[in-house]
Amino acid sequence: MSNIIAQTQSPSPSPSPSPSPSQRLDQGPMIKLRDVSKWYGHFQVLHDVSLDVRKGERVVICGPSGSGKSTLIRCINRLEEHQKGEIIVNGIEMTDNVKNIEKIRRNIGMVFQSFNLFPHLNVLDNLTIGPMLVRHMKKKDAEELAMQFLEKVRIPEQAQKYPLQLSGGQQQRVAIARSLCMQPEIMLFDEPTSALDPEMIKEVLDTMIELADSGMTMICVTHEMGFARTVADNVILMADGKTVESGTPEEFFGNPKNPRTRLFLEQILKH
Amino acid sequence: MTTQSQHAPKMATPLEPVMQFDPNAKVPFAKWVQKHLFTSLWQSLMTLVVAALLLRFAWFVLKWGVIDAVFYTPDPDVCRAAAGACWAVIVEKHRPMLFGLYPYDEHWRLVIMMVVYLSTIVASLMPKLWNFKILIPLWILSVTSIGILMFGGVLGLVYVPTSEWGGLPLTMILFSGTVLIGMPVAVVLALGRRSPMPVARGVSVVFIEALRGVPLITILFVAVNVFPLFLPAGVEVNKLLRITVGIAIFFACYQAEVIRGGLQAIPTGQYEAAASLNMSYWQTTRKIILPQALRISLPAITNHIIAAMKNTSFVIIIGLFDILTATTAVMQDPLWRRYYIEAYLFVAAVYLFFGYALSLYARQVEKWINSGRI
Repeated sequence: MSNIIAQTQSPSPSPSPSPSPSQRLDQGPMIKLRDVSKWYGHFQVLHDVSLDVRKGERVVICGPSGSGKSTLIRCINRLEEHQKGEIIVNGIEMTDNVKNIEKIRRNIGMVFQSFNLFPHLNVLDNLTIGPMLVRHMKKKDAEELAMQFLEKVRIPEQAQKYPLQLSGGQQQRVAIARSLCMQPEIMLFDEPTSALDPEMIKEVLDTMIELADSGMTMICVTHEMGFARTVADNVILMADGKTVESGTPEEFFGNPKNPRTRLFLEQILKH
Repeated sequence: MTTQSQHAPKMATPLEPVMQFDPNAKVPFAKWVQKHLFTSLWQSLMTLVVAALLLRFAWFVLKWGVIDAVFYTPDPDVCRAAAGACWAVIVEKHRPMLFGLYPYDEHWRLVIMMVVYLSTIVASLMPKLWNFKILIPLWILSVTSIGILMFGGVLGLVYVPTSEWGGLPLTMILFSGTVLIGMPVAVVLALGRRSPMPVARGVSVVFIEALRGVPLITILFVAVNVFPLFLPAGVEVNKLLRITVGIAIFFACYQAEVIRGGLQAIPTGQYEAAASLNMSYWQTTRKIILPQALRISLPAITNHIIAAMKNTSFVIIIGLFDILTATTAVMQDPLWRRYYIEAYLFVAAVYLFFGYALSLYARQVEKWINSGRI
């Protein structure tokens, strides 16, 4: 985990550079959602959503705005509370129990659309504050770790700057590095490129692809269909709070079963 | 020169100095005056009228305050004969004004106390020294020495009860007591008001609204006259302490609302980012939310701190004389009472000095924040 680039660059012992999903994903589900439902007042945002994510699997969730895709992944680390169904991460069920919430969050990193960096702390402090406060790391060790990840996202020279002095793409890469400093097993991405200028989207996607290549379990809510096609093991379309279509990129883009998917793809690929 | 250039072929040189725009260039004074004061007939007229009034006022101040003024005399009759201000009253009465009822022979202790107090405050306000290893010993040392100097009773110093304290040292003690007790209470109240726990929220709302809704004088009356009725017999809390806590709590209620404004300005994304890093409520509050909220509300916080400095005059209700009431008392002297304007101008100058120093410092802090230094 702590060696994303080293792993991808060192000659791999396995004959094929990227093992097929069935080889990689032999274990049982790491994240299990069963009939998850959620309401905002009388409005139901999620209708009995079920989803399995295995260790190392990369899931891309897409869908029109308001379809509940962000709400769904925010339920996985309890930024939103679900009202019905089960969410089980690494065998721990998400309940009101604060201990359980902490245990689950320990394994999950999250990247937001609007970065949500701490503006009053410089880049290095943004990265070290979590490890120092939550994992009780010594300042020196936390800074070493932080510099490692800043190098991985290719902005070690910005360590002393403040978030608002960086470009959007750089801020998002800092945010990714901040999550990685907690050394999670699962990363959630909530539209990580939607707030970025077009020329900055690529640098963030490249970072995400490297992360995927390192074997990280990822759930990405995104409209980047190119990313979905190359990286995803499983592409899911959500609409009106339900999962409409789910399959490998080949099935999803090549032969969608649901007319709703066809409509969505037509709309999004037209541009 | 002009005829020559008309005939000569025009050469566009890239270094033509006239065309370069220098934003830092100094505008000539005459030009500035013309642009800002005499653009139109109406404006020129207004400029002249205002200038005439200002000059008239300046002349009056100069004549009354300097030319015709008496600066030093122990004899009030000299002042009576003069047409201008009688600054001699300040020279004559400065000790009871500055030190109130404190025993006359012990005033030197107050002078040392003020030096210790001011140097401690100045040192604590410098970011270079923001280190608990320096500040904690410094404060223990200066609070102890201020206590010894004010109370006495040890080291051969005469004991002076709080009922005899007064003047500027009393103002300083009340003011710093108010801020030191009030600020933490304000933060707790502001957090309580936004707490997810209904009990904490309820208590904070009732506390803030109830105390903010009554005049300060009522709170002080309760602290002085009603509060002791609830204490068991024989237990007594020092009057000065009671009144300091009273002023501090009043201050805290207003300050809490200011800080709440800062808290509300923090985007939810900050809370979510902290939650996704698995930070606890207190970690998030201490390290992420409060530092940003206090920065946002700093101008309004400063405003209330300066107001708190002036609220200290309310100690008169327990018969203590801070610098303002001490001056009022001193001006009862029939020989000098007609020069109260001069005396109050002096007190105003003292307040202005401290108030302006506070606002200058706050402005500096804002600059430090904006440049990322703190």
